[in-house]
Amino acid sequence: MAYNTKVIDHYENPRNVGSLDKTSKSVGTGLVGAPECGDVMKLQIEIDEKTRIIKDAKFKTFGCGSAIASSSLATEWVKGKTIDQALAIKNTEIVQELSLPPIKIHCSVLAEDAIKAAIQDYIKKNEEKEKLA
Amino acid sequence: MKLPVYLDYHATAPVDPEVLQAMMPYFTEVFGNAASRNHEYGWTAEAAVEKARQQISKLIGATEKEVIFTSGATESNNLAIKGVAEMYQEKGNHIITSTIEHKAILDTCHALEKKGFEITYLPVDRYGQVSAEAVRNAITPKTILVSIMAANNEIGTINPIGSIGKVCKEKGVIFHTDAVQLVGKGHVDVEEMGIDLLSMTAHKMCGPKGVAALYVRRRNPRVRLAAMMHGGGHERGMRSGTLNVPGIVGFGKAAELAGRRMVEESGRIQRLRDFLWEKIQADLDEVYLNGHPNERLPGNLNVSFAYVEGESLMMGMKELAVSSGSACTSASLEPSYVLKNIGVGEDLAHTSIRFGLGRFTTQEEIEFAASKVISTVKKLRDLSPLYEMAKEGIDLKSVNWTGH
Repeated sequence: MAYNTKVIDHYENPRNVGSLDKTSKSVGTGLVGAPECGDVMKLQIEIDEKTRIIKDAKFKTFGCGSAIASSSLATEWVKGKTIDQALAIKNTEIVQELSLPPIKIHCSVLAEDAIKAAIQDYIKKNEEKEKLA
Repeated sequence: MKLPVYLDYHATAPVDPEVLQAMMPYFTEVFGNAASRNHEYGWTAEAAVEKARQQISKLIGATEKEVIFTSGATESNNLAIKGVAEMYQEKGNHIITSTIEHKAILDTCHALEKKGFEITYLPVDRYGQVSAEAVRNAITPKTILVSIMAANNEIGTINPIGSIGKVCKEKGVIFHTDAVQLVGKGHVDVEEMGIDLLSMTAHKMCGPKGVAALYVRRRNPRVRLAAMMHGGGHERGMRSGTLNVPGIVGFGKAAELAGRRMVEESGRIQRLRDFLWEKIQADLDEVYLNGHPNERLPGNLNVSFAYVEGESLMMGMKELAVSSGSACTSASLEPSYVLKNIGVGEDLAHTSIRFGLGRFTTQEEIEFAASKVISTVKKLRDLSPLYEMAKEGIDLKSVNWTGH
């Protein structure tokens, strides 16, 4: 199977690889997928509390080239966006940008899920914080 | 060194130049039909086919009359299984095989099941072997055929074919073996091993594609097969159709070369294979060998690289032509059924790579392959959340995954 050049580019030069401090209250972590299914994505976002803007994003992915590219692209896209803007990102936009074939659409779904899971984690963390205070 | 480095010899092998040379005249000058009995062109073609039959039979300890030419090992396997099933159906309807056979066996058995045959799929142990005892226990008065592969195409494990053959002889059941991967690489002798039917193919031993053979025992017992291909009665009526003379000549030459070089060549290839495995183990943690540690094809190395998905691994080492047990590389989205049946978990099955070494593999190529594999695995582990979690001491089995 030949890969799209954008997929290859993200695979060879993945953007924003790494980890943020998952214990920090300004960081949200999303971990989606399963090793048995062949893909697991960890996507983390760091949010500016005042502006609610995502100021940093990092990822690590176990999966095929398309899964790595989808999560790499997702980190690029969420950076600089507000929480609401990031929540609006659809998997179909990832499919379009990377020209993913039908058999790889689940990779884009997983990336969308990872963004949502990271945001939810951030919100949950801060709700508890507010309650405690 | 030519890139990508070819390490997929279980899929196919390049034609040996000596084989090609032997074939050439049979396309143009000596083009006769081996079945033309009334002129020179036919006689020379027939003589060439008979010489090849001799070369091939010698490699497996058979006599030349017992070699039936076919178009490929898939056809040989189909002919063996369906041919026995149809010919002996009045005697019984039970066939024994294993869960990790090639699809050409498994799908043929599934087709027979739909026609009322009963198939027992014997489980294999964690190395991929079927024991003779398991075969003995599965045989019933209705059993007409046992079909167990000689060596597995994915994990390279070699079965105790001789012991299984002995049990079949004792019980009076016909024994077929798909020996496509083993013939030409390891010792095979149909007499010594009690084999009644054996599938083999030219292109796995540096012969041409599109030509294969089925060994059919003629004495003790004489095995009869119902033909699948009807026509001019070629190949003792078991396989009609004009013989592929150049292909058969090439097959014969390939068999002769394989037989002559087997000891030296297998030793050399195995040393390269062991070198590759030692290099990988020295530089990487959490790598697991799939298949038997010793009883395996000399050119086979099947490894799971934990926490790194197979397809992305192959993508990172496109200078190597290898294959993977990962789901993503197959159309079915299911990881390898062979790995699953030897008990490799799906998480590790996704991370497996099969290296297949052969006649033209060099030390330089293996050194290159080793460093490429090691650097790619390291790079992808830096990218792997699973590797990170494992290093933090998290038990991945205890995580509540949101699988989809």
